[in-house]
Amino acid sequence: MAIATWLPLVGVAVVAVGFLIRLNPMLVVLLAALGGGLGAGFPILKVVAALGHAFNENRYVTLIWLILPVIGLLERHGLQERARQRIARLKGATTGRLLLVYMMLRQATAALGLVALGGHPQMVRPMVAPMAEGAAEARLGVLPDKVRHLIRAHAAGVDNIGVFFGEDIFIAVGSILLIHGVLQGAGIEVDPLKLSGWAAPSAAAALIVHGARLLRLDRKLARQVAEARAANRTSLEAQEAP
Amino acid sequence: MIRLDAAYLTMGLLLAAYALLGALDRGKPNRWRNSLFFALLAASFLIGDRLGDLVNGLLVIGLVALAAIGRRAPTVRAAGDEPLRLAGALRYKDRLFLLALITPAVALGGAVLLKGARIGSQPLFDPKQITVISLALGVVIAFLASLIVLRERPVRGVQEGRRLMESVGWAAILPQMLAALGAVFALAGVGHSVAVLLGQVLPVDNRFAVVCAYTCGMALFTVMVGNAFAAFPVMTAAIGLPLIVQRFHGDPAIMGAIGMLSGFCGTLLTPMAANFNLVPVALLELPDRWAVIRAQAPTALVMLAVNTGLMYALVFRF
Repeated sequence: MAIATWLPLVGVAVVAVGFLIRLNPMLVVLLAALGGGLGAGFPILKVVAALGHAFNENRYVTLIWLILPVIGLLERHGLQERARQRIARLKGATTGRLLLVYMMLRQATAALGLVALGGHPQMVRPMVAPMAEGAAEARLGVLPDKVRHLIRAHAAGVDNIGVFFGEDIFIAVGSILLIHGVLQGAGIEVDPLKLSGWAAPSAAAALIVHGARLLRLDRKLARQVAEARAANRTSLEAQEAP
Repeated sequence: MIRLDAAYLTMGLLLAAYALLGALDRGKPNRWRNSLFFALLAASFLIGDRLGDLVNGLLVIGLVALAAIGRRAPTVRAAGDEPLRLAGALRYKDRLFLLALITPAVALGGAVLLKGARIGSQPLFDPKQITVISLALGVVIAFLASLIVLRERPVRGVQEGRRLMESVGWAAILPQMLAALGAVFALAGVGHSVAVLLGQVLPVDNRFAVVCAYTCGMALFTVMVGNAFAAFPVMTAAIGLPLIVQRFHGDPAIMGAIGMLSGFCGTLLTPMAANFNLVPVALLELPDRWAVIRAQAPTALVMLAVNTGLMYALVFRF
């Protein structure tokens, strides 16, 4: 095969290697763009200009951070604390159950096209993560950092999984339009309703698979807290021994 | 007509304020680096359209250089002192939630209701950009409401915003960078190369192998480029249409729907999908860059297997 077919893949290789050797991701992206563009035989100034053009065209992606002053003000006046208190008073609330409820809400609203109702800056950091931590604190007492971080990572993950396996049930969402467009380009006409209908079995499976993991998360958290306490005790006893 | 420019202007002014306040923040480590980073980004939002492609490209290189030198600043502890936060939680109670929900509510309502708003015969908002404009509008309304309810001065809000933005750091513009990288890859013909490559190694006489190659290919290509939308046209042209649909007479709707969801399994596994997997790491102050991916990985792998099984069971039957 002609070498020219292979060379653009330099960019993909740069991405893989860059992430594996833990280079700064921003640097990885720049090098990958240069590698891919030069590999395709463009002069370097053209690659830099193409990158600049695309960066400028995609500014709307960064607009989400407009929300930070609002979140900052609310956090300054106790939004996270309120979220914690609210959940601690709720009987039977556990981290796993709470995250499962949030996932179902996220999936259901996304399926109705309300994708903007969640997200990490708007919902997870100010409300979902503090609530999930609060539920664990109410049951297990003070949490070791490791457990706290695990809960937060799951709070972020639930938001992603909920929206990914919910949005395709809505017919006017970007991915359905893209599938429709690609098939249309190949001369195949499909009904968008049919596309969204066939996304439903996977959506149900995702709820079952991740739901089961979330319900088991509570036991894992209890075990990790107990282990951390035991380790703490042993190290204290070791210190006290003469 | 109100266009995206209005939102860009707001963002640019906010970033310029971050740069200014950052430069005045004496005694802070990395003061100038942070301030310059925000200043460059502010320039991009305020005058990016007038800079020309090459200058924008150089601006990107400047941002990357500032992001890559030095370590990320240690995260600053949560806003205000603890007594203030506890008192606020007691005093404002659930009003805090209501204020937090203003932005998503306006973003949603705006996208639906304002679409048709007109002054005379002119649409009030550019219909193509209504979602993003509604988001910006929601933020402005929520900001004003919060200032009134919490009795704060605007500059306090900007300072709080800067504090959070600094703790997120360069991860805030990584999604935009990756979107730009996707465009450069498309220009370079990366998708075509992958399609040619795949066409040469695939066994074409086994239905299950073909379905597997399509779903796993979607996931793998998404892992590499960070976006299932970029993977879908490539994989569908290389495997989906010629093999699943034309050769084995599979149903294109089932193939497309489940194929896209297989790509989403890849999105859950890759740092290239920065807005989903790396931004929350910064936002939630997690020490491990892979923490969110680790939490998602078992579900993603099981769901990839489930999608493959579902497609094999359904696509040749309908």
